[in-house]
Amino acid sequence: MRVLELEVNGDRQEVAAPAHWSLLEVLRYRLGLTGSKQGCDKGDCGACTVLLEGQPVLACLTLAALCAGKRVTTIEGLMPAHLRAGGTGPDPVQAAFDRCGALQCGFCQPGMMLSARALLDANPSPSRAEIRAALAGNLCRCTGYTQILQAVELCIAEAAGSEPAAPAWAPGQNPWKAPCGNGDGRT
Amino acid sequence: MSARDVHGPAPPWSEGFRVVGRAQRKIDGLAKATGAALYTDDLVLPGMLHAKILRSTQAHARIRAIDAAAALALPGVHAVVTGRDMPVKYGVIPWTPDENALALDKVRFVGDEVAAVAAVDEDTANAALKLIRVDYEPLRAFLDPEEALATPEPQIHEQTPEQKAKEPRGNVSKHVRLEFGEVDAALAGSDVAVEGDYEFHGTTHTPIEPHCALAQYGADGVLTVWSSTQITHYVQKALARVLGLPEARVRVIQPCLGGAFGGKSDPFALEFVVAKLAMLTGRPVKCLWTREEVFYAHRGRHPMKLRYRTAAKRDGTLTAVDARILIDGGSYSSFGLVTTYYSGQLLTGPYHFPTYRFDSTRVFTNKPPCGPKRGHGSVQPRFAFEVQLDELAEKLGLDPLELRRRNFQGEHVKTVNGQRVTSNGFLQCLEAVERASRWKERRGRLGRGRGLGLAGSMYISGTNYPVYPNPMPQAGVQLKLDRSGLVTVFTGGNDIGQGSNTIARTIVAEELGLDPADVRVVAADTDLCPVDLGAYSSRVTFMVGNALIDACRKARAKLVTALAENWKVAPERIAFALGRATDRADPARSLDMRAVLQLAEARFDTLGETGAYNTPQLGGDYRGGTIGASPAYSFTAHVVEVTVDEETGRITVENCWIAHDCGRALNPMLVAGQIEGSAYMGIAEALLEDHGVNRFGLHRGPSLLDYRIPTSLDTPELHALIVESLDPEGPYGAKEAGEGPLHPSIPAISNAVHDAVGVRLRRLPFTPARVLAELRAARAEPRGARAAVLSAGGGEAC
Repeated sequence: MRVLELEVNGDRQEVAAPAHWSLLEVLRYRLGLTGSKQGCDKGDCGACTVLLEGQPVLACLTLAALCAGKRVTTIEGLMPAHLRAGGTGPDPVQAAFDRCGALQCGFCQPGMMLSARALLDANPSPSRAEIRAALAGNLCRCTGYTQILQAVELCIAEAAGSEPAAPAWAPGQNPWKAPCGNGDGRT
Repeated sequence: MSARDVHGPAPPWSEGFRVVGRAQRKIDGLAKATGAALYTDDLVLPGMLHAKILRSTQAHARIRAIDAAAALALPGVHAVVTGRDMPVKYGVIPWTPDENALALDKVRFVGDEVAAVAAVDEDTANAALKLIRVDYEPLRAFLDPEEALATPEPQIHEQTPEQKAKEPRGNVSKHVRLEFGEVDAALAGSDVAVEGDYEFHGTTHTPIEPHCALAQYGADGVLTVWSSTQITHYVQKALARVLGLPEARVRVIQPCLGGAFGGKSDPFALEFVVAKLAMLTGRPVKCLWTREEVFYAHRGRHPMKLRYRTAAKRDGTLTAVDARILIDGGSYSSFGLVTTYYSGQLLTGPYHFPTYRFDSTRVFTNKPPCGPKRGHGSVQPRFAFEVQLDELAEKLGLDPLELRRRNFQGEHVKTVNGQRVTSNGFLQCLEAVERASRWKERRGRLGRGRGLGLAGSMYISGTNYPVYPNPMPQAGVQLKLDRSGLVTVFTGGNDIGQGSNTIARTIVAEELGLDPADVRVVAADTDLCPVDLGAYSSRVTFMVGNALIDACRKARAKLVTALAENWKVAPERIAFALGRATDRADPARSLDMRAVLQLAEARFDTLGETGAYNTPQLGGDYRGGTIGASPAYSFTAHVVEVTVDEETGRITVENCWIAHDCGRALNPMLVAGQIEGSAYMGIAEALLEDHGVNRFGLHRGPSLLDYRIPTSLDTPELHALIVESLDPEGPYGAKEAGEGPLHPSIPAISNAVHDAVGVRLRRLPFTPARVLAELRAARAEPRGARAAVLSAGGGEAC
């Protein structure tokens, strides 16, 4: 056992954990932050992606002991941070993933959304090719990535005040044109 | 079938749809987006132990003895179980119960489950597994289906001497031969015929969430199992059978599920193991599989070797289709009986076949067991047949799209194998992809190395064959309505990410005029929810949707009556929409739906309704005629655009246009997600994925690095085009969207490669090495020689 101090989602936490534990194990099994998912435990799938000092890392391959004193953001931290910053509702990335239907089974998406958040923090207007490249470490098995790309592009368009592109399945109408309310189920 | 089961595609009120047909956000979208959604491995119970499973190192062996004494003695270990603790066999198909929770007397593949340990943590459980000694007596292992077919002994599943004397079956799992019409006569009388061999490799589901189960056994004798399953009802039945408990004492709950695609539709060893260990230790027990274990547990796409002959008249009219299929089943039956039928039964659309024969044999091999993967049993024959149709078109000098159009079977027809096809939007699908891809201008004109390819398909929307025959409904639902304004839906349907709970909310909000946010769904908990058979065969929207309409119509009648009495107006004047009731004759008069629910609760007492759905009697009048019979069929057409690098042999799919007839799209955004996800998965099977074992029976690469599922960089631009044919029996005319759109991706790529570089890819996967080999062979052979080989055994020779 080793006691380690982390800053997780804005809170300073003291955690006692076996010395060989990964950051993912500490988050899931000590802190109860189960939003970070374990899909392979080998660094292949990206479902465990969290932000360490704002950069996406694979929590399953990151030794917890090496994160001492560092700032960790998990999926649970995005909405509170957005609210603290004066926003309403979830982080725009989370809202856009929801509005675009990108959350099918949802298991890969915490990692995917954190990768997307880090991308947009670094580059507010990436091209589709840049988005594809930034998300290439996060495997999704449900969506074929299309609605994920659309979600990131919706974030970009709304942040820039421009109109998002309409999807192929909605000819002649754009379901994402109007900003949508909070959880009323209607777009 | 009764009036209960059919509600027609149009709503019975005049204002049209207010919720259905719009891009509704998912009921669990924000919970998933914020990390609040709980999946099975996210659940922790006080005092919980962790289980790990010891797996066979042998492909085929008898177990002489298992010594677990040292494991049991390890500090922190609470219990060890082996096959002897759970000797009752089970299988998802009740006719073929050939599985044990843990191997009883022999193991049948590397990875077969042998023993399990419950310990204070995973590390201790893993250490204990290493202390278990298994004494194996190796048997001859079969890794090749042809060899297994030709070699009756040793049997992977041994028959008793009496069974063997009566009907020796060697290593055959299932054989089906069905002929409809006079195939040989039709072949002899045809103008042209094409014959060829095709090969489909193994692929697997690869949900990102590994399988997980958690069990708790109460002092009152009630067993509760939380499991990442898509079939709570069948898991409940299997647990009761194997553990010797009454079904009423077994509760199965499916928490949020991280993808399935058919890979979580069998009862699995870990569910029995955690249950038994919880019963033995008096503590909750959880088991989470590693990614490697998921690859070994498999139940994915069956490898198939397929020989097809297709004959036609000079104008392209099909006259006969003749198929012979060898199916590699792996080590257990799973759904294999159904797979064997589906390999033939689901080919008879969207084209008209006057005569048809198939002869399908599934054999056991000592490999991870195969089962149902998205497009169960019919993706492989569809690949072979749609490539062969292009070969036929080439021989006839016809545009492949025109050949398909000419053979369209039509709407409201009976197929050659006796299946009833109702709505059929295949022609509109063809038109949609033809237009979107600019097929006419671009096919054959993109220059060497670039090409367009087309394929079509059909798939079932549910099956009228419940896994165990019974006269009870296939889908049941319950509604609770109360004075708070909330309506709660209870459904046994499994939301596996496809969005079935969102569809339930959509239907109830539409029917009862509610704001969708005022409808919540409790699903897939066998204690709380009426029985539904689960998420397989693309059945949930169709069947649960119809059951919901049934329940809602009863509830709606009460709400209308209560309000009409209160307002003293005729019931016909009452309209409900989006949270408000209005008087059609006096639109200024309106009332919040919460108040309407209160009026109804006062008038009729506590409000609740049930609803149900069962399929009509369907299918051909012959043995197996109900397998593949569906209340409705979906149809799809794909065009893909590829580039082929002739230096490296690498195929790149640039674009994929997918037009899918899903009946009415209840939520077009979810339909598009299913279409895109299906096409992605098909393209991945064609180009990247290969699930196989080496000569020792070891998986060739049981990791997400070696088994290459596409990243965002590998996935082409997918263009989902929705075609709505409005089915007469689907809920508001809806059919399925989750499996059908996968089928044509694979043959369309082969056909596009032919357009690009002139070679036919008949063996999957389409690796660069195969492409290069085909290109070399094509260069080596004089023009026309290969076509001549293909026509041997064609029309005149038959």
